[in-house]
Amino acid sequence: MSDLYQSQRSMRAMRRAAIQRGVIAILDVGTSKIACLVLRFDGRDRVPEGEGIGHMAGQTQFRVIGAATTRSRGIELGETCAVQETERAIRTAVQAAQKMANTRVDHVIACLSGGQPRSYGLAGIVRVEGNVVGEHDVARVLQACDVPDYGPDREILHAQPVNFALDHRTGLIDPRDQIGQRLSCDMHMLTVDRAVIENLIYCLKRCDLELAGVASSAYVSGIAALVEDEQELGAACIDMGGGTTGISIFIKKHMIYADTVRLGGAHVTSDISKGLQVSLAVAERIKTFHGGVLATGMDDREMIEIGGETGDWEHDRRTVSRAELIGIMRPRVEEILEEVRGRLDAAGFEHLPSQQIVLTGGASQIPGLDTLAPKILGQQVRVGRPLRVHGLPQAATGAAFASSVGLSLFAAHPQDEWWDFEMPSDRGAPRSLKRAVKWFKENW
Amino acid sequence: MRPVKGDMRLAAAEARETRRDPAPSRLAYRMNRLMLRPGFRRFLRYGLPILCVATVALIWASDAARVDAAFDRVGELRRQLEERPEFMVHMMAVEHASDETAAQVRSVLSMDFPMSSFDMELSELRRRVRTLDAVAEASVRIRTGGVLEIDVTERQPAAIWRTAEGLTLIDETGHRVTTLDARADRPDLPLLAGPAADKGVAEALELIAAMEPLEGRLRGLLRVGARRWDVILDRDQRILLPEVDPLTALQKAIALDAAQDLFARDIAAVDFRNPRRPAIRLGQGAAEDLYDTDFTPDGEQSR
Repeated sequence: MSDLYQSQRSMRAMRRAAIQRGVIAILDVGTSKIACLVLRFDGRDRVPEGEGIGHMAGQTQFRVIGAATTRSRGIELGETCAVQETERAIRTAVQAAQKMANTRVDHVIACLSGGQPRSYGLAGIVRVEGNVVGEHDVARVLQACDVPDYGPDREILHAQPVNFALDHRTGLIDPRDQIGQRLSCDMHMLTVDRAVIENLIYCLKRCDLELAGVASSAYVSGIAALVEDEQELGAACIDMGGGTTGISIFIKKHMIYADTVRLGGAHVTSDISKGLQVSLAVAERIKTFHGGVLATGMDDREMIEIGGETGDWEHDRRTVSRAELIGIMRPRVEEILEEVRGRLDAAGFEHLPSQQIVLTGGASQIPGLDTLAPKILGQQVRVGRPLRVHGLPQAATGAAFASSVGLSLFAAHPQDEWWDFEMPSDRGAPRSLKRAVKWFKENW
Repeated sequence: MRPVKGDMRLAAAEARETRRDPAPSRLAYRMNRLMLRPGFRRFLRYGLPILCVATVALIWASDAARVDAAFDRVGELRRQLEERPEFMVHMMAVEHASDETAAQVRSVLSMDFPMSSFDMELSELRRRVRTLDAVAEASVRIRTGGVLEIDVTERQPAAIWRTAEGLTLIDETGHRVTTLDARADRPDLPLLAGPAADKGVAEALELIAAMEPLEGRLRGLLRVGARRWDVILDRDQRILLPEVDPLTALQKAIALDAAQDLFARDIAAVDFRNPRRPAIRLGQGAAEDLYDTDFTPDGEQSR
């Protein structure tokens, strides 16, 4: 665990160094596509002049100078299953983004959609040394959180303090310099499969890139797609990706729960492929051009040319009505949404004051989803697109790029994590200084 | 049976299949990243060509014989260029100089024409011409047509200086112009004598100008003790002038002469060395006369 603590600390230092140097890459390794953005941090806040524009979520500090997307290979359910292929795909994306940015990037922040994330809520309590809460008290209370046994093959991805309580006051964002006796904290910890994250790190190393941070894609999609009020009052972000559907629940601007449903748009495609007996590429094309989840009478009459390149003339010239296509797609989408509903119920989402649900990710662009989703998830559902950031190409502003944009925001304005505080065992410096002073007094 | 068109389409599909993977190889990717390094780009753009040229030059220069041959060839080319008729100087023209001075200039330069103008150092030539006593100022240039023109301003003799070695003509600054064989060759110039007389030529010329009323009687000026002047008149009469402001003293003497006919009398010297107390030294006869004269009241006019 201290190994991870050190590596996370070093990643954080590397991220700072990269931002100091001004260029950092964002890599969203997904099941269907790999997106790479190159960000330039030039230390200028481009906050537009105007009434009511306050602090933004860090999106004014950087500019996207390079963006590239490539079809991902060797990744299933958000997990690398063929390292060589993944590495080639990452190289393609990074090289194209570098070419657009006309600069070289050495540091990359990646996000991870697979790995079966598991959320843990931790609590810790300590007595404050002295009267005023200091930085080391925060570190001590974080240290005092009782870490559950999350398994030997798991790795902590996030460990974020979400709430501090001092004596009987709870809901403190920052307890430092406040007066009290008993400091307690709630921490949200997210673990993922160790093999998945190690594979990703290995791929990036093979591409000569330094990893400057890892984040869960469900979390970063939430940052990008939820508006500030939703994050404050309580909302869930459903990132419907290619291979997995990420769920993250936010309240008071902190993520308190994250989970993944291992179903996504790729399953819809494979259903179409099986149902219509076409290749995956053709199924993908049909899904993108003609897909939907809400059948109307019109759809019975709308015939879709299936096409295909099998060489069998008859086979390639079949047609199918759109209603049939919807009949294939809808059960799978419903299954995904029901699975999400199940996870949300298990997480106790109904206890949140506001139960806004935001759908984002590539699969959320299915026409009719905004009508289907409320039937399963409840009335407060909207389909969200990520925040606009400077310099992002129009092609990369869609819902499919929610986690890329969220990762950019994460790079610019990261949440304090457990490892950002000095662990009490590391705090040797003041004591050794005191010892040096004492030695001087004795000897001079 | 598979249709022909379908077959072609299959081939096209296969071709697409082969070039569908746009992933760069590891080497290509590394190369690409290397090329994006600004320092490396700069090196490729400037460093590498310089390095290549320097390497070639070094390899070439490692053979001494080759370098020598190249230097010889360059020297040959340079000589050929310098010896083109456009750059050759065929003759020397000495302007504004007497024949004597011109001959001196020619001898001091002692150049053998034709000569390339690249081999001439005009400032050096000018310096050498200016070492001649007779030359006050000289300008040297190469005129079109291959003529080395030396424009000489000669020194104008202002006085004759008699020393133990002989007669020397000097100009108003005291600089030697030339030697003179006989005083009679230049009767128009005043005669100076005495050690370091050339240092006070300007003063002497002023004095001589002031001597205009007694011009016919002036023999010359004698420098005494290298600091003051004696004016020598004929009949061995002298006017001893002070070191400071001799002109005023001389004017007083001349005024005295105009009023009292001073120098017509038997006087050996008028001593103005102390201008506030001039003295007169009598001539031999006058002194004897004075000695014999009875200055008793009734002896007046007794001689």
